[in-house]
Amino acid sequence: MRSFARAFARNRGAVVGLAVLVLVALVAALAPVLFPFSPWDMQGAPFAPPGDEGFLLGSDSLGRDVAADIAYGASVSLLIGAVSTAAALLLGVVLGAVAGYASGLVDDIIMRVTEFFQTVPSFILAVVLVAIFTPSLSSIVAAIALVSWPPVTRVVRAEFLTLRTREFVQAAEVLGRSRTAIIFREILPNALSPIIVLASLMVASAILLESALSFLGLGDPNLMSWGFMIGAGRSVIRLAWWMSVFPGLAIFLTVLALNLVGEGLNDALNPRLARRR
Amino acid sequence: MSPLRFLRFLLARLAKMIVVVFAIICVNFLLIHAAPGDPASVIAGQSGAADAKFVEQLRHEFGLDKPLSTQLWIYVSSVAEGDLGISHRQQRTVLSLIMERLPATLLLTCVAFAFALMVGIALGAAAAQRVGTWADSVITVMALAFYATPIFWVGLMLVLVFSVWLGWLPSFGMNTVGADLHGWAAMADTAQYLVLPALTLGLFYLAVYARLTRSAMLDVAGEDYIKTARAKGVPEGRILRRHILRNALLPVVTLAGIQAGQLIGGSVLVETVFAWPGIGRLAFDALLARDYQVLLGVFLTTSILVLVFNLLTDLLYLVIDPRMQAQ
Repeated sequence: MRSFARAFARNRGAVVGLAVLVLVALVAALAPVLFPFSPWDMQGAPFAPPGDEGFLLGSDSLGRDVAADIAYGASVSLLIGAVSTAAALLLGVVLGAVAGYASGLVDDIIMRVTEFFQTVPSFILAVVLVAIFTPSLSSIVAAIALVSWPPVTRVVRAEFLTLRTREFVQAAEVLGRSRTAIIFREILPNALSPIIVLASLMVASAILLESALSFLGLGDPNLMSWGFMIGAGRSVIRLAWWMSVFPGLAIFLTVLALNLVGEGLNDALNPRLARRR
Repeated sequence: MSPLRFLRFLLARLAKMIVVVFAIICVNFLLIHAAPGDPASVIAGQSGAADAKFVEQLRHEFGLDKPLSTQLWIYVSSVAEGDLGISHRQQRTVLSLIMERLPATLLLTCVAFAFALMVGIALGAAAAQRVGTWADSVITVMALAFYATPIFWVGLMLVLVFSVWLGWLPSFGMNTVGADLHGWAAMADTAQYLVLPALTLGLFYLAVYARLTRSAMLDVAGEDYIKTARAKGVPEGRILRRHILRNALLPVVTLAGIQAGQLIGGSVLVETVFAWPGIGRLAFDALLARDYQVLLGVFLTTSILVLVFNLLTDLLYLVIDPRMQAQ
C-alpha cells in the first residue's frame, strides 16, 4: 500500500488531479451550507456580471446565482459519473468474465454484442434512450452505463484469457472449487488493476456524456447540472458570457482531474508500463 | 492483395454491415415497444393526451394489433424498403427529412475530419522530430486538455471569441440569409460559416491524432528496417516519408475508424451549437418536438454512416500498409 502511494505521488499531475477532485467533492458536499437556498430560486437581478450584487460568478437570466448552481451541479455530476460507472463496471465485468472464462460459442456471442455496441454511435444511442424513456436520474444513469460497458468487457476478457491458464487457477480447478468461486475469488482479484484504471477514466467520460445530454435538454428536470447551465447560457452568450464560461470550466477541471488521477493510477498499478513511457 | 482476395474481403465486410444494420433496426423496434406508454403515441410523437381516434388509426396503420413477431417483420421489411416512417409533426416522411439534411452533415464531418487528420499528422510528425522541446509539450498538453473539454463548450467559447468579441466569423447557420448568392460567391459564403463548426469538431481529433502520430513515429524510428534503410544510404527525407511516416500512419487510421461513431456523435452537438442545418440539428429539433420516428431514423442513418466510414478507413489501411502491396 505504501509503495502504491509512493508510486502514485511520483506522478505530480496525478497528485494535483487528486487535490482538485477532493476540492470538487468538498464543494459538492458543502453546497447546502455555502448556499443555503434552492439553486432554482431567484437571488437578485438577472444578468448581473461576476462580482456584482454579491454574485461571485454572476447571475443568470432568471437572477439565479451561477456560483450556487455550479456548487449544486457538482454533486449531480459526481453522482451520475460514479453510479453509471459502477453499473457499467458490473455489466462489463460479468460479461467479460463469462466470455473469457467460458470461451467458445458464449464468448462469440458476447463479443459480437460488444462489437455492435462499439460500432453504433454511442452518444446518439444514449440520446435516443434517454429521450424515449423520458429524462430522469435513473434513465440517464442507465443510458450512460449501457453505452460505456464494452471497453470493460474487452479488458476483463483479455485478462481472463491469460489468467485462466495460470497455475493458481488450475490448482483451484483441481481442488474442485466452483466456477463462480474461481471467477470471482481467484481470477478477478488478479485482474483488478486495469479495471481500476479504466474505471477512473470512465467516470470522466460519464461526466462529459451527462453534460452533453443535459446540454441538449435531456437532464433530470429536477436536478441542477453543469450541462443544463451551459445550454441555458447558449442563447444569451452575447449578453452574459459568464453563464456558459464558468460551468464549462467546472466540467473541464473535474474531467481533467479524473484523467490525471487515472494516469497516476496506471503508473502506480502497472509500474513496468509506466517506466517505458 | 490479389483482386480475388480483395473482392472476398469486400463481400465479407458488406455482409457484416448488413447484419449490423439489421440489428440496429431490431433495436429501434424494441425501443418503440419498450418505451413507456403506447407505441402508437411514441410513433405519433405525442405524450399521453393524443387524439384517441388518431392513435387508433395509427395502431391499425402500424399493425399494432398483430402479434409482436409479425410486427417486427413488417417493421424490418418497411425500413429495408427505405420507409423510415412519417414525422407527424412535420407531415413529411422521415427519409426525405434526413436526405435533405445529410449533405450539410457530410460536409461538416468530412471537412473537420480531413482538417484534423492532416494538421494532426503534420503536428505529430513535427513533435516526433523535436522530442522534449516546447513544441512537443504543447501537443501533449493540448491533447490532455481537449480530452477533458466538452465539445459543445469549445464551440461556444469559439463563438464568444471569434464572433462576439472579434466579430470575424458568423456563428449561426450555414449561409447568409437573403444574400441570394450563386457559384463561387455562395461557396465562399458557406465556407465562412463552416470555419467555426469544423474547427470545433476537428480540434479534439487533431490533438488525438497528433499525439498518436508522435508516439507511433518514435516507435517505428527504432525498428531494424529503419537502420537497414539508413545503412543502405537512403536519404534521410525519404526515410522519414516512405519508411517512418507511412508505417506510423497505420495506428492513426485504425483509431480514426474506431472513433468514427464519436465523430458523428460530436457533430450532433456541434450542429446544435451552430444551428448547422444537418441531421444532428434535425435530431435536436426532433428531441424538442418529441418526434421519436425522426430520432430513430437519425440513429439508423448515423450508424450506417459509421459503417461506411469504417469500411473506408479499412480500404485506406490497405492502400497505406506497405506489406499489403508486397503480397
